Amino acid sequence: MASFFDFDVKNTPGKAYSSMALILVVLLIFPFFAAQFGNSWVRIIDIALLYIMLALGLNIVVGFAGLLDLGYIAFYAVGAYMTALLASPQFAALLESVINQYPVFGEFLVGVMGPEILANGIHLSVWLIVPLAAVVAGLFGALLGAPTLKLRGDYLAIVTLGFGEIIRIFMNNLNEPINFTNGPQGVNLIDPIRVFGVSLGGEPGSRATVFVGGFSMPSVNAYYFLFLFLCIAIVFVTIRLQHSRLGRAWVAIREDEIAAKAMGINTRNVKLLAFSMGASFAGVAGAMFASFQGFVSPESFSLTESIAVLAMVVLGGIGHVPGVIMGGLILAALPEVLRHAVEPAQQAVFGRIIIEAEVLRQLLYGLAMVLIMLNRPSGLWPAPKSEDRPDGDIDKPAPASGVIPA
Amino acid sequence: MDTFIQQLINGLVLGSMYALVALGYTMVYGVLNLINFAHGDVLMIGAMAGLTILKILNSVAPDLPGYVKLGIAIAGAIPVCMLVNVIIERVAYRRLRNAPRLAPLITAIGISILLQTFAMMIWGRSPLPFPQLLSSEPIKLGGALISQTQLLLLVLAAVSMIALVLLVEKTKIGRAMRATSENPRIAGLMGVDSNKVIVATFAIGAALAAVAGVMWGANYASIQFAMGFMPGLKAFSAAVLGGIGNIYGAMIGGILLGIIESLGAGYIGDLTGGFLGSHYQDIFAFVVLIIVLTIRPSGIMGERVADRA
Repeated sequence: MASFFDFDVKNTPGKAYSSMALILVVLLIFPFFAAQFGNSWVRIIDIALLYIMLALGLNIVVGFAGLLDLGYIAFYAVGAYMTALLASPQFAALLESVINQYPVFGEFLVGVMGPEILANGIHLSVWLIVPLAAVVAGLFGALLGAPTLKLRGDYLAIVTLGFGEIIRIFMNNLNEPINFTNGPQGVNLIDPIRVFGVSLGGEPGSRATVFVGGFSMPSVNAYYFLFLFLCIAIVFVTIRLQHSRLGRAWVAIREDEIAAKAMGINTRNVKLLAFSMGASFAGVAGAMFASFQGFVSPESFSLTESIAVLAMVVLGGIGHVPGVIMGGLILAALPEVLRHAVEPAQQAVFGRIIIEAEVLRQLLYGLAMVLIMLNRPSGLWPAPKSEDRPDGDIDKPAPASGVIPA
Repeated sequence: MDTFIQQLINGLVLGSMYALVALGYTMVYGVLNLINFAHGDVLMIGAMAGLTILKILNSVAPDLPGYVKLGIAIAGAIPVCMLVNVIIERVAYRRLRNAPRLAPLITAIGISILLQTFAMMIWGRSPLPFPQLLSSEPIKLGGALISQTQLLLLVLAAVSMIALVLLVEKTKIGRAMRATSENPRIAGLMGVDSNKVIVATFAIGAALAAVAGVMWGANYASIQFAMGFMPGLKAFSAAVLGGIGNIYGAMIGGILLGIIESLGAGYIGDLTGGFLGSHYQDIFAFVVLIIVLTIRPSGIMGERVADRA
């Protein structure tokens, strides 16, 4: 693989660019190929691309800056719920509940915003939603980062976990007295994304088919291209960040915070930037998720999801962008592929279904996590060790007893 | 005032279960610097094993008094949990002792998924009723009520914790455990067999989780394959709140968290003028956790921990 594909832009630019172009072509053709086997396969890849965006964002926090975040899905939720409020009829329900609870303030709000919003809610365009989601989620990231600057390792993990749970509990219960989130039922009828007047969800009555010029394609394919574009943008930003001054500062903090501080790095700001940049990627992914599904509910943002995203980062290769993409692809697509594959496979081999597909899927998923980690503790495709100091292990006592030193 | 005492009792009951589970987290952390994320599921296995033993008892010897049956169920669940936890250590953690710190976290999550799936295959998907063995007649305590199950739970938790303290402070294996958590390398040089200590730690933690699991079932009368998640999470929070790695911290953290949660649930409506209701109960645990850790970054009784993710 390494011999055929080569991404070393500096030394072999021709080969690197042609490898990239080849991969891009494959990625662009892929949905038309996959759609031959049914739209559900393209849908699986769409979801996988969303997870890859999440994993890349978390990789900044955990992989580059070394801050263990177990509540990362909260930012995804912030992006998704922001979209739900600003691109669906939900805002009308919100205003109505304000009027019922606090009539004076409610009437004032309606006076400011106009009766149109009270009737239909707010419907912002995607060009506003994406930057807003990034900014709002980024603010939440800084909000989480600020009180946790002093915390280290596992203490940080539990606080971020608590933060994630708090956000989820609020989403579940903020339907009264003022109806922000519609509670456990979730928000429905979120607008599909429109790019240059073309709805990626397909026009009503078109059976989810999108027409661009003379072409037509299923809605999932249209979303595939949007998500692919965003993924590539995020990969580009991440790689540029990694080799920037900021990226090196993150790695320095991960390796030794005190030494980084002594070198003149403003650890407070750099850590806050890691939190809010990671969060803003998740915010964008969340906005995309909400528009893609047309529906959000608190169930999609449980701790299990945070852990799944973390598993993608660690399993793929922490701090290494290609590895993280691979981890995201495998862990997001594997359960779905298993769901489609295990029942026919059992039918073929045993002539009947011995274990339910759902149960077997869980078993294989858990088993895969354990086996991959046991055999490749640094991930499937770990980062090259070039940034380590040559004598990096000198301050760690040798593991004579076979126990991790305290 | 009666509500206050009542919530205090409820909190104490909840908190002593958290404390039992938190001890398992904190002891493993002490010797290995590792979060055993599958520990909540060990509690679930304990509850399920206890239920199976009770079912067998009910068909073999239905006339035994409730206390005896519950005692047998706990005594039977303990070795099951010990075995499960020791197997977890052997399979998922031993080979990763010198691996990057997040690797064992991921295997732990994988093991947790596997345990839940196995439980789903053995005991089914839907919640199972846990038989009520003790008289449901509550005991009056001041103006508040405490059920016999809750009382037994408090007694059992107290006995287990005292036994644990004696074990850790007075016995040879306890001394080896303390030495290993102080400095594993030097403990090894002094002749401590670290593998033996680690296995013992996992076994003891599992025994405490088994007690908590069976009593959880007896108290809430319903158990399910996914039941271990929330208590596991809260107990982990409790361990961190107390200062992870410190067994007294885990006890204090667990009981404190339980009391805060039930007082919070009881009074949040009054505090916020009816804006937030008791379904915000879970928020309290985490908000308090965040506040305490912001003020005291290493928990109530903790020391500085390793700073790598």
